[in-house]
Order: sequence, then structure tokens, then C-alpha cells
Amino acid sequence: MSTIQVKTMAEFTASGEQPDILFWVGCSGSFDDRAKKITRAIVRILNHVNIKFAILGAEESCTGDPAKRAGNEFLFQMQAMTNITTLNNYNIKKIVTGCPHCFNTLKNEYPALGGNYEVIHHTQLVQQLINEGKLKVEGGEFKGKKIVFHDPCYLGRANDVYEAPREVIQNLDADLAEMKRSRAKGLCCGAGGAQMFKEAEKGSREVNIERAEEALAENPDVIAVACPFCNTMMTDGVKHFNKETQTKVLDVAELVAGANNL
Amino acid sequence: MISSGIFCILLIGASALFYINIKKVRRNILLGKDVEVKGDLKTMLRVAFGQSKMATRPIPFILHLFVYVGFVLINIEVLEMFVDGVFQTHRAFSFLGGFYNFLIGFFEVLAFLVTFGCAVFLIRRNIVHVKRLVMKELNGWAKTDANIILCSEIIMMSALFLMNAADQTLQVRGNEHYTTAGSFPVSQFIAPFLTNMNDGTLIFMERFCWWLHIVGIFGFLNYLPISKHLHILLAFPNTYYSNLKPKGEFSTLASVTDVVAPNFDPAYQPQTDPNNPQRFGVKDVQDLTWKNLLDAYSCTECGRCTSSCPQNITGKKLSPRKIIMDTRDRLEEVGKNIDKNKGVFVDDGKALLGDYVTHEEIWACNTCNACVQECPVNINPLEIILEMRRYLVMEESNSPAELNGMFSNVENNGAPWQFSPSDRANWINEQ
Ligand code: SF4
Ligand code: SF4
Repeated sequence: MSTIQVKTMAEFTASGEQPDILFWVGCSGSFDDRAKKITRAIVRILNHVNIKFAILGAEESCTGDPAKRAGNEFLFQMQAMTNITTLNNYNIKKIVTGCPHCFNTLKNEYPALGGNYEVIHHTQLVQQLINEGKLKVEGGEFKGKKIVFHDPCYLGRANDVYEAPREVIQNLDADLAEMKRSRAKGLCCGAGGAQMFKEAEKGSREVNIERAEEALAENPDVIAVACPFCNTMMTDGVKHFNKETQTKVLDVAELVAGANNL
Repeated sequence: MISSGIFCILLIGASALFYINIKKVRRNILLGKDVEVKGDLKTMLRVAFGQSKMATRPIPFILHLFVYVGFVLINIEVLEMFVDGVFQTHRAFSFLGGFYNFLIGFFEVLAFLVTFGCAVFLIRRNIVHVKRLVMKELNGWAKTDANIILCSEIIMMSALFLMNAADQTLQVRGNEHYTTAGSFPVSQFIAPFLTNMNDGTLIFMERFCWWLHIVGIFGFLNYLPISKHLHILLAFPNTYYSNLKPKGEFSTLASVTDVVAPNFDPAYQPQTDPNNPQRFGVKDVQDLTWKNLLDAYSCTECGRCTSSCPQNITGKKLSPRKIIMDTRDRLEEVGKNIDKNKGVFVDDGKALLGDYVTHEEIWACNTCNACVQECPVNINPLEIILEMRRYLVMEESNSPAELNGMFSNVENNGAPWQFSPSDRANWINEQ
């Protein structure tokens, strides 16, 4: 594995340069140990295709998504306006996110507060790179493997992005399987709506167990995800069924980086 | 002459009552806050008229299609019944000749399909017990309501068959009032059972069924406003006023922006009237928008939303259908309160949140939009849930302790967990 090259917006500005795209890492991608690996996989891809990108680094702050979904509109708008001030100061035009929640919030909820950017999710960027011929993806270690894709609610239903992650997976020459509930009918992993940060209400089981069971029913080698929160939930779910040796939970970015030995 | 008079009185009476009832529904809906929604005809044609969102579940889709198409088209025959009723004619449209015969036959086939559909629906509810149709929020009125609707439709369709069977028997006998007209692909199988009856009995039977069908229609019309069957009308405006934005986009509260924005932009001009401060979020139905309230009246209680809700599937109390049903029930209660108190609402110490919807339900939601996606008439239960969260957080500071912890982390550390903002880019060097 090569070392990764990352520059912050502050560094770009200091050298009088402007990046082509801002990589919005997100809180999970910045602090969660598992999600940090996904972040680095995304960066490896960006480095591999020589995209001029920047991160905000310490200047990035939570988009406010969990606060908004939990009903704290004050905190959300405080976060949003803080971030918008930063982004607008740096004259950011285009953003790629590592998380569907950041993606949704930046894309759909920042405009009303003065933040207008072209925002894409990392699976969309990877798909574009493949389509433009800038990124070659060959199966590598995933060739012929059975991969089932779990739709993140905030990428799928919330924003109607269903195909980009699937097309990327198909490029791996993998056997893409679908769960019974997929695409618009996909079942949540259980993390959204700020549930990630609290205990579940009383019920018969946890949502992630329900979803992991459904995914494992396909006997996949890999459960592919495109959201760090789904990743946590599905990983826990797979562990619950003691299937972690047979079935790996990997982000689409990790599949691509892994297949290319990045 | 007399029966023409009775018919006209019934027609006028039923229409007047319906007008009064529907005006009340409209008034109740307009108790909601104003919100700008751009109407979209295409969505209405696709989703309501074209039933596009039903197709994901093929069996109920086909059965519902029978009932829906049957209901709409058989109303053409009802038009003739109206003309006959007013002018005391018999089969007034029979001058259309062959085309008329085709139509009557076609309607019989439709009526048969309606009967079949309703019968299977009754079986699904009462014998097979399809899960989403027997959940506990349906106990009581909702369950009775569903059965009343299905049974009435079957009775009305049966009346149509019996009427036609008697009619054709009289036609064959050459009774002068019963001119030869129509074709009877279904009721021809009932007619042989009537051959032993005399003309008087047959005429009585034909008239009785005619009146039963007509009275049934008038009754049904006035049953709509107290029933989930109102969806046959409101599905159209409700889908017309569909939200066309991405489902992930939640509303921006202008009243909050007015407080937050001046910290960032001293020149900011407030968007809301400071002399008329509004409650943050939703506690009671009057805090909802008229669209939310139209949603509540449009719900057909099918439970597609609930059966796709991750929290409900895993045994939690949250049921998006219940949220919508509660909203309608509370709105009806508020409406009755207004009627009783000469047009003004007198505080009854109750509210949607607390008395109908519990905090436990509200906090369980994943905001996953599965319910919104599933609803065949584009109802949005999630918006109501989110608004109630907003009320609890911003008006009552009453959120689960863990969420309060998350809030303070976001506020102080710029992340939902307790990490130092300066460590945000540590991942770069942690290969
Ligand atoms: S948005 Fe909430 S209520 Fe609707 S299906 Fe998802 S968890 Fe259930
Ligand atoms: S909200 Fe929609 S999906 Fe849910 S019960 Fe009502 S009509 Fe059915």
C-alpha cells in the first residue's frame, strides 16, 4: 500500500492554488476507526487517478445531520451556517462526500441557508471515473465473489441513487446479488434518524440484526455498503450471527481500492 | 310521479348533506398552517389515476384495480339511473342500441370483478389475516369501517345483478315497461331461478334492487367523510400536492433561521413576523401544515407504510399508519370541539403529542423514508414525526439523554462523539 497524499484547503490556499474538488470526510470517516479505513480507501482512489482534491481538516465540522433528524433545528442551522461560511470563504464549488448523510445534507439542505455546491457521493464519483476511463477496475480479489449491496436510505430512497454503487460492483466481475428488500424497498440498517446515538426502543429485535439476517441469507462473500453507519450496523449484525469469517462488510470504495491493490 | 319526487328529495338531501360534511373536512384541513406546495398534475395522473405505486404488490394491485375501475365506470350506469329516477323512464340510454347493450354487459363484468375483489379483500382481512390488515391500531372502528365498505360494495353489486336478472325476465315476458335492452353476461345465470315468480314479484324485486342501489350510493357518499373510504376522493388532490423534492430534504425552519442567521450575517432580514411567534415543531394538529392534515384525511389505512417500517418490523411501537390515523382522529376531535363551541376551539387540555402519539413512538423513527416511499397516495408520515421531535427538543428540551449528549458533542466538538476537532485529520497518518 502506498502512502496517501492529502492536502487541506488551508494548504491549497497558502500555495495560491484551488483544488478541483473538496473531499468532505464526515465525522464518522474522521474519527471512527473502521470508517477511517474507508476514508483512506477513498483517498487512495483519488490519489490513483491524480485528482486535485482537498479536505477541510480541522476546519470541517459536523454537517448537523444527526441534530436535524433528532429535531434540533437550532443546532443544525448553527452547524450548517458555520460550515457554509467556511466553504464559501474557500470558494468551494464541488464536493464529494464519504457518507450519504453528509451528501444529503450538503446537497439538499444547505442551499436554503446559502450553501450552493455540486455535491456527489463517493460511489457516484467512482462510477464517473470508471465511465470516463480514468479508473480501471478489474475484479482482482473480488472476481467471481458473491457481493450483496445494502442500499443506504440517504443515498437510495432519499436521493434516488441506486445504480452508481451497483455499476461499480459489477465492474469488479463479481456476482452481484440482491436482497429481497432492495433499492427503493431497501430496509434501513437501523442507524439513521440519530438512532446511532441512542438505545433502541423496546421491541422484538434490533433493526441491524433483521437486516444482517436478510443479507446473510444470500450467503454472500461480501456485504457491500456505501455508508460508514451502515458499515458499523452491518458489521455488528454479521458478528451477531458469528459469520464474520465467511462474510466481510466492506465499503464500495474499499472494494475498488482492494481490487486495484491500491 | 311520487317515486320521482322521493328520488329528487333523496338526491337533493344526500347532496346537501355531503356538501355540509365535505365543507367541514375542508375547514378542518385548513386549520393547518399554510405551506407553499406547487401542484403537479402529472404526479396526480400517474399515482392516483394510474395507481402507479400500487403495482409493487401485485395481488392487492390487481384486486384493487378491479374495484377501482369498476367503481369509476359503473358510475356511468348510475348516471342513467339518475335520469330514470328523475324522469321515471326505464333504461333511458337504451336508444344507444348495440353500444348500450355492450355497455350494460361490460358493467356487469366489472360488477362481477368488483364483487370478486371485495370478497377476496374480506377474506384477506378476516380469514387469512394478512399481517398489515390486522395490526392493533386497526382494532375498533378502523376494522369495522373496512368491513362495512367491503360488504356494502358487495351488497350494491348484488343488487345490480338481481335487478338485471328480474329486468331481463320481464323483458322476455314482453312486459311493456321493460323494453328489450342490455346484455347480461353475469345475471343471465341468476335469471333461471326467477322464472317461477309472477310479474308483480319480479317488478317489486327489480324496483327494490334499483332503490337499494340508489340509496346505497347516497348512503355511501355520506359515509365517506367519516371513513377511510374518503381516499377515493382525496387521493387526487393529495397526490396533486405531492412533495417533488428529494425525500431526504427536510424542511428548513425559517423561524429558527431568523434566530441563527444574524450571528453570521448582521444585515440579515428576518423572514417571519416577530410579533406573531410560532411554536417550534408540532404539538397538536393545528401546528401541522394543511398538507399534513390533507394527508391524514387521504389515508386508506392500508398499512403499506407500517409493513415496510424497520422499527415496526422489529417489534417497536412506532407505526407510521398509526401516526396518520392518530392525526385524523385528533383533527376530528378538534373539529367537533369547534362545532360545539360556535366556531372557536376551546382548549380541551389534550394534544396529538402525548394523548395520541407517545414519545416512545416518536423517538424510534429511523427517518428512513420507507413509509413515504411505500404510500400509494403519497402521504408523508415522517414529516409529522420529525415535527414532533422538533417540538420536544426545541420547546420542551425533552429528548432522550443520549441524544442530549450527542447534541452537546456536536455543539462543542463539531462531531456527535467526544473527539477533539483538532484530531479530525489524524486518519491521514494512521495507515
Ligand atoms: S421513516 Fe420512520 S416511520 Fe417511516 S418507515 Fe422509516 S422508521 Fe418507520
Ligand atoms: S399512510 Fe399511506 S401507506 Fe400508510 S396506511 Fe395510509 S395510505 Fe396506506
